[in-house]
This record gives sequence, structure tokens and C-alpha cells, in this order.
Amino acid sequence: MLNAEKRKTILLLIPIILVLVGYVLYPTVETFIESFKSNGLFTLQNYVDFFGPKAQANLEALWNSVYISLLSVLLSACIGVPLAFIFTRYHFPGRSFFSGIAIMPIVLPSLVGVMAFMWLYGEAGLIPVALQDLLNLEEVPFSIGGVTGILLVHAYTMYPYFYMTVSSALNNVDPSLEESAANLGSGRFGVFWKVTFPLLTPALVAASLLVFMVSMASFSAPFLLAGGYRVLSLQIYFSKINGDLEMAATQSVILSAVSITFLLFMRWFQNRKDYRMGSKGIGAHRSEVTNPVLKWMMVSLGVVAMIVLLLPHAVLAILSFVPEGAWTWQKYPTSFNLENYRLLFEDPNIWDPVRNSLIMAFVACVGCFVFGIITSYALVKRKFFGKNLLDILVMLPWALPATVVGMNLILAFNSKSIFSFGQVLVGTFWILPLAYFIRFIPLVVRSTNAVLEQMDDSIEEAAQNLGARWLYTFRRVVLPIIMPGVLSGTLLAFVQAVGEFPTSVLLYTLDNRPISIEIMNQLRMFNLGQAAAYGMIQVGLIAIVMLISYKFFGVKSENTL
Amino acid sequence: MTAVTLSKITKQFGDVTAVKELDITIKEGEFFTFLGPSGCGKTTTLRMIAGFYYPSAGKVKFNDRDMTTVSPEKRNTGMVFQNYALFPHMTVFENVAFGLKVRKVNKAEVKRRVEDVLEKVRLKPFIDRQVSQLSGGQQQRVALARALVIEPDILLLDEPLSNLDARLRDEMRNEILRLQREYGITTIYVTHDQVEALTMSDRIAVFNVGNCQQIGTPTEIYNQPVNDFVAEFIGETNLFKVKKTGEGLFCEALNLRVHTSRENSMKNESIKMSVRPEAITLSKTKLEGVNVLVGKVDLVQFTGESVHSFIKVNEGHTTLKVTDLNRGPSTYLQEGSDIYVQLPPDQVRIVPVAKE
Repeated sequence: MLNAEKRKTILLLIPIILVLVGYVLYPTVETFIESFKSNGLFTLQNYVDFFGPKAQANLEALWNSVYISLLSVLLSACIGVPLAFIFTRYHFPGRSFFSGIAIMPIVLPSLVGVMAFMWLYGEAGLIPVALQDLLNLEEVPFSIGGVTGILLVHAYTMYPYFYMTVSSALNNVDPSLEESAANLGSGRFGVFWKVTFPLLTPALVAASLLVFMVSMASFSAPFLLAGGYRVLSLQIYFSKINGDLEMAATQSVILSAVSITFLLFMRWFQNRKDYRMGSKGIGAHRSEVTNPVLKWMMVSLGVVAMIVLLLPHAVLAILSFVPEGAWTWQKYPTSFNLENYRLLFEDPNIWDPVRNSLIMAFVACVGCFVFGIITSYALVKRKFFGKNLLDILVMLPWALPATVVGMNLILAFNSKSIFSFGQVLVGTFWILPLAYFIRFIPLVVRSTNAVLEQMDDSIEEAAQNLGARWLYTFRRVVLPIIMPGVLSGTLLAFVQAVGEFPTSVLLYTLDNRPISIEIMNQLRMFNLGQAAAYGMIQVGLIAIVMLISYKFFGVKSENTL
Repeated sequence: MTAVTLSKITKQFGDVTAVKELDITIKEGEFFTFLGPSGCGKTTTLRMIAGFYYPSAGKVKFNDRDMTTVSPEKRNTGMVFQNYALFPHMTVFENVAFGLKVRKVNKAEVKRRVEDVLEKVRLKPFIDRQVSQLSGGQQQRVALARALVIEPDILLLDEPLSNLDARLRDEMRNEILRLQREYGITTIYVTHDQVEALTMSDRIAVFNVGNCQQIGTPTEIYNQPVNDFVAEFIGETNLFKVKKTGEGLFCEALNLRVHTSRENSMKNESIKMSVRPEAITLSKTKLEGVNVLVGKVDLVQFTGESVHSFIKVNEGHTTLKVTDLNRGPSTYLQEGSDIYVQLPPDQVRIVPVAKE
């Protein structure tokens, strides 16, 4: 039955499976195999080395990674959850403005954010130095670095995950549930613990696991701030730099194992606990803060929080006007001008990385766009055997830490293979666009899934009933309807690809070095202003994309992650 | 003009049989309704006619052409979906023109025909609106216009009125009927609403769990139901088990020897009696004749145009529902008062129990 339909499904699936097997599964398997190789022989030696006494560093790095991730979850939750409560439950002047500011950390690409934090709070950072001067201290009163530095950056960049998931969960809690609990005689405290909190647990667990996974994979923060402190994602990079690919593979397998375990746990938990109900028209449920003292305390608290949140953006903007040599040994920057931006457009050496990044991100996103639409359509609208398996394969690059994706590609394409058309890809231009493409498949597929699931099957059937063939229906009906969702997902992937650091640092060549690598170079040369200018380009791009998504596609900035 | 023949069609989804060996012939130009509760297989049957499902067994024919496995886009049917399925990114004009553009009709002709059909559904002033700016009833008419403009061989309507409120539903019922008569298209209408079915159809097929129970005109279906399912599903009825005894029929629930003037050729299978509420005679004074019962008025329900009275009979064991037109407050019965009830023998119908 449905022979024509089945043929269409199979035709759709062939390219999807080829791409996924060639560029997701095959590299992952290569890494897995490599981890069992030692001097060309199959052995468990690498794992013995990892867990054994010989290489204490590895085990230590694993524990450090877990330790940092757990603390990051705790810190992000402590900031994000109360914020979500205040903004969704209380009304005070400037509420919606502050709640918009609260998601600003996601506008900073991770490497740029870490950099801004260093300039602000690092050993020679502006704030510690300023405090020292103000209070006439012998030494700087504080500075971040090592574990505290990493944790601070993590808390700053990851609390929006808690803030956004908890806010949306709170908005979906039908106020009548709490009201009925109160009506049945429960006190405010009882209502919270017995009704509100249990309803929030799915959101809290989801956010915790997400933050845990992101911290496990975090690369930029430890890269710049760790000093001698070892974390697993960084160890992979060091092993690769030292030429020990087998150990790098082993470390990758272990890091992936931790991440994937958490991903599976997350899926299981989400399926088990779903309290969403079909209550319609949930009204806003905010209490007005009437006490004037409390009200202005909240507002001033909001202003302070806003300043803290926006300081990194501000310092980035200001420092981008500092020309080379104006802030090296000096306490404060000594001059400001447009030199860095002028160089950006006049010096090919400075402009090239930007161009490279834009070109490579564009190539990758064209791929993501086409592949994302086809894959998402097959996953949402077609029935076939093994759909779950395909779904897992599509989401795999999301679960894998970026460093691991990079390692996978090195191990798969440092020799000739059919998937690279008999070429060695490592060391060529194409390896980075490929890495970006793989990294951002899940993002585009997920945003496309969301719009496709909204589209009723009967829309396609109506077109077919009116005499349209499948391709015509797809072109004239399906594509225009889903385009906003797909484009906003692809644009988001684009800006993230422009700023992508972990895979870039593993795979770049001198000719195609992207922005993030050049930022590192400029930092190394103490040309902080130029690095900041690069950062500003990325921030500008992200701001434009979010504005476009919001204005033209009606996508809320909160939903873009 | 197209006739539709379904011969022995069966549709299985895994282990579930949604439609079982269905035989229906729909005549040219007929307004034919599939009526049944949800999950009875009526929509599945419609979708097999539209081509969205292919039958597991059996044949679908339009006139003499075998359409069993022809793909939907080649069938030239016009379907109106329950949720209308309007293309949200297009205007009213673009929605209606879609089918014509697919058929490569030239631009001037498209414009003329779209305007023509929109005139007919009284939506001409809204031609350039986005469909999201229309009300439910207007969207419904766009969907109808979109299906009609391609001059389909068969018009298929899948519960088109179920998303509208009551008043609009009445209005659209007449509208659809008017358009169907005007175009003279063979129309298949799926609904679970018996009022829609009775008022609009030339003929009705009553479905239950994948089987067609009865096919007939609205009056046949209502007045001569073939079994207890049809009797109960179409309209209100008082349905009681009866037994055949030596001296005729006996109803235990009413404790009554039942007389019926209608022929009943039922053999020794399980049978029931059915009396419509509007056919029962009530009287405050003693009644003569057969099928007379004594009861107490339990509840009087006022619905506007009619009055329902619930009468407890057989020492309060059984309740009969009786409906009368509203003839003013003086005629309402007093709750708790005694009353005489007669089931006129020519209104008592004996039906077999439907096989599950």
C-alpha cells in the first residue's frame, strides 16, 4: 500500500542517512575505535592509563569537570530561579525592561564574554585596579582566575537557562491551581511547596541538566582562566597538541559518555514527568508591589543588577576604541579612537579572519538550512521504521561537547575516506565549515520541528486534494509556512558559527583562521583593543539577528535558545 | 456528474479494523451523509474516497473508473476539512485560486472564476483579506469556495460545521445546501450531528464501529430504523427489551403486554421496542385501549419550543420520556401528579438488537 508515498519517504531518507552516517556517525565511531588503539594494536591500555595511577592528571580533570559543572548548576540556579520568580510574579516599575536585560548574557559569544570578564575582574582588570586606587590599597583587593573565575563566568553565562525555563514554566502554571490550593485552606508557604514547586520540578531538572552538560563541554572559560587547573575538555585539546591522538580519543569517549548519559536521563525524565495541561487562556498572575520602600528597593536592585549584567558589554564596547599599545602596562587605557575599526576595514590581515568566519559560517548554514528542512520534514511528517534512531543521530552533535566534535572530525578525516571523496580534509578549508555544519544541525532541525509540528497535516492534504503534486505543495505551501522558524534557527546557527571557538582551535589552518582564533592571537600580542573590536562585530551580528527574528518572524528572544 | 461506488472496502490500521466490508453506492448529484458516533469509520471512508487512504481490500469507483489506488491530486474531488485547512500565508483570493493555478488555468480566467465563486459564497468584499482576519463562518465559506471553484466531480465535507456556534451552524447548513443544489455536485457529508444529517441529506448511511447499519432517506431512517442502534442514535427514543410469549409480546420494564400494529417478522432473536417521545399520548383522565400505563410525573423540562416530561411508570422502576410542543404554561404537567400514558400501537416499533 502507499507505494508512491513510501518511495517519496525513501527518497527523502537517502540523503539524510548518507549525511548523518558520513559526518556524524562515522567520525564518532572512528574516535571510539581510536580510543582502543595503542601503537597500532587493539588494547584497553588507553583506558587503563586514564583511570590508572600512571596519568593522575586525567582522572583529576574528570573530577574537576564534574565538580565545576555541579557548582555551576547550583550558582546559575541561585541567580536564575529567584529572578524568574520576581519577574513573573511581581509587578513594579521597569519590570519588563529589566526582564529584557536579564537575558543579555546570551548576546555575548562565550570567548568574548570570558575576555570581557578578564578585563573587568582579572588581575589587571579595571575594577580591582580602580578599587585599589580609590581605597589606596597596597595590592588589588580581589581578582578572578582559576576555579572562581570559571565559576563566575559560568554563572553569568548560564543562569539565563534557569531564568528562561523557570519563567516559561511559571507562566504556564494555571493560577487557578494555586488559588484552589489556597481556597482549600493552604497557607502561602504550603501552596509553594505542595503545588508550585512540584509543578516546576520538570523545568528545574531540565535546566540543571542543560547547565551541567554545557559546563562539562565548556572550553573558552577554562582555556583563558584555568591556569594550571585541569578540566577534561581542555585535556583533550592538550593531548591533541602533544600529538597523542589515542589519548585524546579516549578522553573524548569518556567526556561524551558523561554528556550522553545526562542527555538520555534528561529525555527519560521529561517523558516521565509532564505536568502540562490543556488549560486555555492562562491569565497574568502578578501581584503589584505596593509598599513604596519595597518597591523602590526592588527597582534600585534592578538597576544595580542591570549595571553588573551590562558591564561586560560596556567594557567590550569601550575597549574596542583603545588603539594598540594604549593599554599594556598602563593601569587604565590612555587613548581612544577609531583605529581598530579603521584597520578592520583597511588592513587585509585584520579583515581576513572576519571574512573567513562569515564565509565559513555562511557555507555551513546553507548546508544546515537545506539539510535541516529535509530532515525535519521527514522526522515530523513522514512515517518510517527507525525514526527514533534517526532522531537520536540528529541530536547527537548537540549532546557531544564541541571539543569532541572537533576530535571526531580530526580522527575521521585525517586520512582519505569515501565520505570526503577520497581527500584528506584536515588541513584544508573545508574542514571548518563541515565542523560548523555538524555542530549546528540539531539547532536548525529543532527550530524547524517546532514550526512543522504546529502545521496541521490537513493543510498538506488540502493542497493535494486541490490537485497539487507533492513537490508543488512542498514549495508553495509547506515552505512558506515554515520559513520564519527555519530562518530564525538558521540565523542563530550563523551567528554562533561566526563566534565558534572550540572546534576552530582544533581544526583551523592559517589561511582560514576564523575570528575567534584571531582574537586569541591579538590577546597574545596584548592588542586588547583589536580583540574587543572583533568581539563587537560578533555582538553586533547577534543583536541584528535577534532583532530580525523578533521583528520579522515574531520569535521571542527568550525562545531562540 | 459522478456516481461513487464503494464495493466491499475494508481498511485496517495495524490490528484495528476501521471499516469493514462496506458496500455503498452514491448516486449522481446526490447529497449523501455518513452519520455515526466518533470512531465509527465515517471519516476513514471519506478519506478513502478522497485518496488519503487506500483501502486494504475492496474497490472505490467513480462512475466506471476504478479509483482505488489513484493518488489524491488526480481524483478531482473538492474537500472541506473540519479545521478548514486554509493556507495561512495566503489571502482569500490566493487560497481560492490555488486549485486553478495548479490546473494551469490562465490568469484572467482564474480571476473571473474566483470572483464568481466568492460572489456565490458572499465573500466578494473580503477577497484581499488574509484568512486569519476572517471569522469562523467566513473561513468556512472560503474553504467551501476553494473546493467548489475547481468544479470537482465530488464534493467531500468532513464535519465542516463542528467548529461553529449554534446559530452560525444553522445558517451555514442552508448555505451549503443552496450551493450544492446550485452546482448539482455529488456531495458526501460526514457528521455526527443527526439534525444536520436529517435536514440536509437526500440519503443517509448510519455507521457504527466500522459497519454501515442502515442506508435510507431521512424519513426512512427516523421512522423505520432497522435496529436499536439506529433507533437510539437518530433522535430520542424510549427503548425497552421485549420478549415473545405465547400470547404476543411482553415488556418486562414496563410490565406491559405490548400491542403493535406494525408487521414484525422478527424470528427468535433478541428484540426491543422503540417509541419516539413525541408519539406518546398523555392524559390526566383515564385512557381506554391497549398499551395504557399509569404513572407519576417525575420531572418537567422546558426547552423553549418543546416541553419534555419524564414519567415514572411500573411502580417507579422505569422512566418514559415524553415530548410535547410548548402550548403555554397552562398545559405544563405538575411534577408529582398522577398521569395516564398510552403508547399508540401504530407508533410502537419492534427492532432487533444490533450485533456488536
